[in-house]
Amino acid sequence: MNTQSSNLRSQIRAVTDHTVTGLAIAATLIVIAPLIAIFVYLVYKGASSLNLAFFTQIPKPVGETGGGMANSIVGSAILLALASVIGIPIGIGGGIFLAEFGRGGKLANAIRFTADVLNGVPSIVMGLAAYALIVVPKIPFLPFTGHFSAFSGGVALGFMMIPTVCRTSEEMLLMVPHAIREAALGLGVPNWRSVLSISLKTASPGIITGCMLAFARVAGETAPLIFTVLGNQFWSSSLNQPIAALPLQIYVYAMSPYDDWHRLAWAGSLVLIVLIVVAVSLVRYVTSRGILKGNS
Amino acid sequence: MVNVNVPDIRISQAQFQPETGPSDVDVPAEVPAAEVSAVRSFLLSRGSSATADRLFAWLMLLCGLSIFVIVSLIALELVLRSQLTWHKFGFSFFYRVFTDPDTHMTMFWDPVNEQFSARPFIYGTLVSSFLSLLLAVPLAIGVAVFLTEMCPRVLRGPLAFLTELLAAIPSVIYGLWAVTVLVPLLREHINPLLIKLFGWTGFFADDNPTGLGYLSAGVILAIMILPIISSLTREVMSVVPHSQREAVLALGATRWEMIRMGVLRNARIGIVGAIILGLGRALGETMAVAMVIGATPEIHRSLLANGSSMATVIANEYAEAVSDMHLSALTEIGLALFIVTIIVNAFAQLLLWAVTRGTPSQVN
Repeated sequence: MNTQSSNLRSQIRAVTDHTVTGLAIAATLIVIAPLIAIFVYLVYKGASSLNLAFFTQIPKPVGETGGGMANSIVGSAILLALASVIGIPIGIGGGIFLAEFGRGGKLANAIRFTADVLNGVPSIVMGLAAYALIVVPKIPFLPFTGHFSAFSGGVALGFMMIPTVCRTSEEMLLMVPHAIREAALGLGVPNWRSVLSISLKTASPGIITGCMLAFARVAGETAPLIFTVLGNQFWSSSLNQPIAALPLQIYVYAMSPYDDWHRLAWAGSLVLIVLIVVAVSLVRYVTSRGILKGNS
Repeated sequence: MVNVNVPDIRISQAQFQPETGPSDVDVPAEVPAAEVSAVRSFLLSRGSSATADRLFAWLMLLCGLSIFVIVSLIALELVLRSQLTWHKFGFSFFYRVFTDPDTHMTMFWDPVNEQFSARPFIYGTLVSSFLSLLLAVPLAIGVAVFLTEMCPRVLRGPLAFLTELLAAIPSVIYGLWAVTVLVPLLREHINPLLIKLFGWTGFFADDNPTGLGYLSAGVILAIMILPIISSLTREVMSVVPHSQREAVLALGATRWEMIRMGVLRNARIGIVGAIILGLGRALGETMAVAMVIGATPEIHRSLLANGSSMATVIANEYAEAVSDMHLSALTEIGLALFIVTIIVNAFAQLLLWAVTRGTPSQVN
């Protein structure tokens, strides 16, 4: 009797174990399925519309076939360049502060915590703040205020890059071995010089990785751009005017009722995802090859 | 015996001789020349770097403080620009119900008559977020368990890369795919099935044939927050010491029992933190939800009905809002979203920090 019930119990345990293994495999398959579906759709629907016209022409009026998203690609490039110019130096500076000057202190802990929290703030709230700070106030002597402009969108995106770049560069700088720093200081190199030329240079592959991660994340952001850059149907490269951006244009086309615009939206999505996947894969490659271990 | 060429550093006598005034002792003019080494003379000539160091430290401090500045600026602007509706409605903005003066139907959002209420948007945000958690958490934990404990080592890298790739896809592309593939799929196949099977509960009504609604939003949100929960769960599971696993196995447990008792039990707090972080992401998600939720400021019990969420209404109406009251109402919704996501994310980060004892290396 006892052996029978214990046999039954061990059978139940074995069956449960196998069931859970099956469930876990099923969960993984369910998770991978949408990813594969999205990529297949992107390639299938987007690749057929990618031609030279896509990369060189601006959108045609509704009803005419053809046209491209060249102004969106150029606009996105301008916005991301501005965002990087704002976000990367301040982010790396914050990371240097956290790693070199504030280690373990209360201020450093507070900054680190706030950076993580800021990372979770919805991007549309960032757009609201940029709108309120730059688009609304009409200050006569500041050139970019008072109207929708590419500058406000770039600032919003740059603010979004700062916490990510700050945290990753702090982590990379913490990995620089103490011996290198101390050797530099022992030779009489000033502190600022040793941080810039030695710590930063040693950690530079990792810091570049962090910047690319932030870049890839910000490249796909649409919400902060909706009411800061507003989008533009024509060529524009001025920072003082509304500008077209790739994710924003994809959104507008996706919500429209025209098939031709849907086609363009898929093609634009393919371009965007290729850019992001290349960045993320580079990040993975650099991290997995141990280049981060301090050898540059 | 190593023959080291040590430079002869002798401080010149002249540097330490006190000034004794004119003396008639004829000090030999030829003081033995001190051989100051090249390094020392170089360093002496450069002077002190104290000011440069201080300036650099201040500059880095400013960069670090910029994060506080950004958060304060956001909070300040949101509070300032929502003053109009705050003074008009007060806290009741978030739960009031009013009726349209002409048709006498309950309304929540009336820009024409300048009557606003955030109730349908809070409802939509909560429903879509919790629905997405319901769908995503079991799948994410399943994936994490599979990748950490059951997966053959060869597959682990590529599969982990694939799940993290899900996190890298921008929100608009999710929205585009949802509108083109997911919504028709739900509309044609899954919604009729749900209505047939569960229509009696009242949560699946038959009156919305578009396929947009809370359910579509919940599904696409679930796909979006899955990688976050999964990768953080994997991280907290990897922190559990191997001795725990081996102890449970030594007592005769099956593999599932080992995972349940040895790993998941120890990683409970971290998994809760990961789930809350996923919730924080779902609360603020804008673009994909805006495309599939139907953008209707109403409250319905049915999950298949059109609705709206806080981020959706801001994204859809902000660029076209004309009156100051309308803008102020939208900004107040943005302020509520800001405060809620900060609280949720802060709580989640605290939990995760408590578990991993330090800084989580994964920055979302």
